[in-house]
Amino acid sequence: MFDDFFIRALIAGIGIAFVTGPLGCFVVWRRLSYFGDTLAHSALLGVTIAYTLEFNIAVSIFITSSIIALILVKLEKKTNLPGDALLGLLAHSSLAVGLVAIGFLTFIRFDIMGLLFGDILAVTTDDLLTIWIGGALILLVLRFIWKPLFASTVNYELAEAEGLNPDRAKAIFTILMAAIIAISIKMVGLLLITGMLIIPTAMARNLSDNPQKMVIFSIIGGLLSVFIGLFSSLEFNTPSGPSIVAAALVLFILSLFKIKQTIQLKN
Amino acid sequence: MSIENNILVKLNEVGFQQNKKWLVKGVSLQVERGKIVTLIGPNGSGKSTTAKIALGIYKNIEGQVEKFTNNIGYVPQKISIDWTLPLRVKDFMLLTDNLKDDSLDEALTLTGVKHLKDKNLGNLSGGEFQRVLLARAISKKPELLVLDEPVQGVDFTGEIALYELIKKISEKLNCGILLISHDLHTVMTATDHVVCLNGHVCCSGSPKDVARNNEYKALFGEQASQTLSVYEHKHDHEHSNDGEIKKN
Repeated sequence: MFDDFFIRALIAGIGIAFVTGPLGCFVVWRRLSYFGDTLAHSALLGVTIAYTLEFNIAVSIFITSSIIALILVKLEKKTNLPGDALLGLLAHSSLAVGLVAIGFLTFIRFDIMGLLFGDILAVTTDDLLTIWIGGALILLVLRFIWKPLFASTVNYELAEAEGLNPDRAKAIFTILMAAIIAISIKMVGLLLITGMLIIPTAMARNLSDNPQKMVIFSIIGGLLSVFIGLFSSLEFNTPSGPSIVAAALVLFILSLFKIKQTIQLKN
Repeated sequence: MSIENNILVKLNEVGFQQNKKWLVKGVSLQVERGKIVTLIGPNGSGKSTTAKIALGIYKNIEGQVEKFTNNIGYVPQKISIDWTLPLRVKDFMLLTDNLKDDSLDEALTLTGVKHLKDKNLGNLSGGEFQRVLLARAISKKPELLVLDEPVQGVDFTGEIALYELIKKISEKLNCGILLISHDLHTVMTATDHVVCLNGHVCCSGSPKDVARNNEYKALFGEQASQTLSVYEHKHDHEHSNDGEIKKN
């Protein structure tokens, strides 16, 4: 009924939604959406390095994004610039350097639109393995650091005082962010990964009164966005990333009606 | 080491500076099992800083902290829960430990807020929230409790009840308590040992001794001293030059 590429894209999207759900919650709770953006922008640099050195793209992006995250931590300590200015500096300069580097690589034909906005035609069987194995690893590690990460999200000093080692959890979480960007770039595109992380989560916030529920709704929202987005991408021949994110937006708007109801009920 | 005299945490000449300014310096104190140690002092005297040093929250410190337990309950002075995070009282109770439902109920009942268990943290009043904070800290039956202004925003009768509860907890759990309080009345009733801070330890001892200390009087005024020593007959002693008390 469907072409192979579409089935592959669907399986990839499902895998990504399972990971972006819980990670997205932490991005929203810890106010890291611009941080996610910065890592995603730096992924372009990772892609060019991968092409130049004929290296695995996901691994290359993962390493580049992790390095950018490290540089950010160093710059925060060494300069007097506010965090958001540093994030903007790193995001746009790494994007710019990535695009300039692509300009030099004339011997390779790049599908820049595909990189920026995702391309379902580009998802290979190897990518499926990367997404599902990588995704499973991310979730496993997240499960492991959940308690300290969550506790320090609520209150850093409480977590530290009661012996949960929040600094380690935070460092590991940063690595997980780089990992999710590395595995989802082909599907969603580097400009829209943050959207995939935060929009289903924002929807979930409107529907939940406790953290567990929010994580579950966030996954469900991501899955629905992938289904609706990919089918409309196929139907209207639109790029996959924007279609998925637009679908997430529609779900978010629908979730606003639920809040209105709850507020009315309260009054 | 620790077993011989039941010490839970020991601070030895600790200090901490931020932006090249010493918040506290040269503070030594220890909290023992079953004892309540109270830190008092004016605003900005480094009470919370000292507590955070004891807890290991501040890391680049001068001096040594020896901690002999990892089972710690902490009530911070300030805590704000972000509205982006939906959190019920019972979720918050499980924040740092996986506790059984019975332990949660027991702690919430003790602080008088069991009926709020399913409520969202954002919908609580200041006093209710403070009771939840205290319940969370005691629910894990800690060996060391650090309470930074634990009854702020609680109504007057509730305040007395909570201090009685704190006293009861220290006896029942046989845990050591490091209490920070600006409320001088409570220092009198519930404390074994008072440390008066003003960037450094300005005086310390039993509540009665501290109340009669000249440095303490200079910090808080004569009236505060009278409040504390209200059960004492006045003029039954003199001070030597260093503030030491000489009984007549």
